[in-house]
Amino acid sequence: MKRQIKVTSLFQMRDLKAVGKKFVHVMYPKKSSALLRDWDLWGPLVLCVSLALMLQGGSADSKEDGGPQFAEVFVIIWFGAVVITLNSKLLGGTISFFQSLCVLGYCVLPLTVAMLVCRLVLLAGSGTISFIVRLIVVMAMFGWSTLASTAFLADSQPPNRKALVVYPIFLFYFVISWMILTFTPQ
Amino acid sequence: MSIIPTQAHYVVYIYMYIFIYVKVPVSRRAFYTAPDNPHLYRHQPPPRWGRAAGPLTARAEPEEEARRRLRLAAAPPSVARLLWSARGGGGEASSAAACWLGGRGARGPFKRAERPVRAGRRQGAGSRRRLPGRGGGRMAAADGLQFPEFADAASLLAANPDATTVSIEEPAEAPRSQRGRPQEPGREEDDELLGTDDSDKAELLAGQKKSAPFWTFEYYQTFFDVDTYQVLDRIKGSVFPVPGRNFVRLYIRSNPDLYGPFWICTTLVFAIAVSGNLSNFFIHLGKPTYHYVPEFRKVSIAATTIFAYAWLVPLALWGFLMWRNSKVMNIVSYSFLEIVCVYGYSLFVYIPTAILWIIPQKVVRWVLVMFSLCLSGSVLVMTFWPAVRDDNRRIALATVGTIVLLHALLSVGCLAYFFDAPEVDFPAPIVPAHNGTTLIKSQ
Repeated sequence: MKRQIKVTSLFQMRDLKAVGKKFVHVMYPKKSSALLRDWDLWGPLVLCVSLALMLQGGSADSKEDGGPQFAEVFVIIWFGAVVITLNSKLLGGTISFFQSLCVLGYCVLPLTVAMLVCRLVLLAGSGTISFIVRLIVVMAMFGWSTLASTAFLADSQPPNRKALVVYPIFLFYFVISWMILTFTPQ
Repeated sequence: MSIIPTQAHYVVYIYMYIFIYVKVPVSRRAFYTAPDNPHLYRHQPPPRWGRAAGPLTARAEPEEEARRRLRLAAAPPSVARLLWSARGGGGEASSAAACWLGGRGARGPFKRAERPVRAGRRQGAGSRRRLPGRGGGRMAAADGLQFPEFADAASLLAANPDATTVSIEEPAEAPRSQRGRPQEPGREEDDELLGTDDSDKAELLAGQKKSAPFWTFEYYQTFFDVDTYQVLDRIKGSVFPVPGRNFVRLYIRSNPDLYGPFWICTTLVFAIAVSGNLSNFFIHLGKPTYHYVPEFRKVSIAATTIFAYAWLVPLALWGFLMWRNSKVMNIVSYSFLEIVCVYGYSLFVYIPTAILWIIPQKVVRWVLVMFSLCLSGSVLVMTFWPAVRDDNRRIALATVGTIVLLHALLSVGCLAYFFDAPEVDFPAPIVPAHNGTTLIKSQ
């Protein structure tokens, strides 16, 4: 009987559980295909919005020299993920478009955690020690993100082009890490 | 009485040559313009050395017809078949490619008559149009074979000649169904066929490689047809230019890619923005009035500049070379993608240069500018000098000079805009002001 009931709302508890399960898979990347099989874009949306909101407060006196605005972070994350997906498909990857978007979006989770930690550390102070702590945390999370997404995506590439596909992912997470590290509250 | 051939022998040989290889094709040319063979395509080459298909033979073998249709239905779709259909359905070059790929006699719906095994390599007027004899010979050998496994299916189809068969006249349909599927094993063979060291073959097929329609995904995939080692080789060739060797001929060799230019430009954008920000931070570090700002706007400015340089300047240069090519006949003209490739790979040396520009010493920065300009400029000069040297001397020099000047302008402009001048620290002079108070003049 349950099968005949149509989905009445856009987002249900079942979706929430699926998103939560994928978060766990990202934090402990094993060779499971849960992320790939049933992709969804809720998790990436939530992560992107929260990251952009947290990066929001870093504007300087003049808008010109400040940190990235909300729209800029949003565009960088989504446009960057689309470009990397297109790149991997053009090089002959077998993964589908939305699966790749899903993986890249979910693997932003460690960097969002890093942003949270950075903001908390910055509340304590903004001296050299806090900078070193932030640097270590951001670098560790950047490595985690890159390794997690590579673990999910590298199998679907032709073997002689793996490095060509991994490098843009590395660059993408590097840019996000740079935005997180250079965040200075007003 | 000598066995050494005299001049008379040569005359006889020459006449036999002319008769066999030239005169006979001329007489057979009447075959396919004859009005009683309407199902033959006009650009199709005539059958060789065989029983010509006349009105009695064409429709009299439904089994042959059905067998041909089955081969068409059974052959897998592939890039070569897309090329074949995109070119209008004929030609031996792509049929040979299809033969390499399919191996099951996948030749497409040629409605030519049965061809026996060829005696030897075919000379004559038409041979420049096709591939060297390897594929053709093998293909002709497959003609004489029977296909017993299709026999019963052939008879089924013969019984119902109006049965639907797969048509490959729609190249837009096939790639959509192929998206997401693993790369076909035939594609590697296709790559070998299209991009190998045989320059004649490469020249013939260089223009034909990208003949999938531009609205299909496969068309754009041909621009990303590089392996990791090829990209690394090209980068190495741009950083260590060998004097006298042309980057395009040596490395690109009619397989230009868009991967290198695009990702090198993107990396350069972020390298310049990040390095500029870091360098400004270190320069102004000790000052009490300095408040660090991430300067994120500069990323978009850097992106606009570098992508405009890497794509619009090649466009202008390509247009200029085309224009000169139309005036002076023996100018080598590169394709637009090859020029984009050269420019993209020549920008690679600026990435480590931008990182090293963090060092806040003026001398170091200008030495780096000169060094990187020499390296990347020499790649460009060695590529484009052979292209314009046959032209008017002044125009050639002006072209090469403009290329180098624009390149220098890019590097100096980036240095000036993104990297603040390193401060010289000598103690600030104390200047007595007019109204008696002292002002400290700081740089």
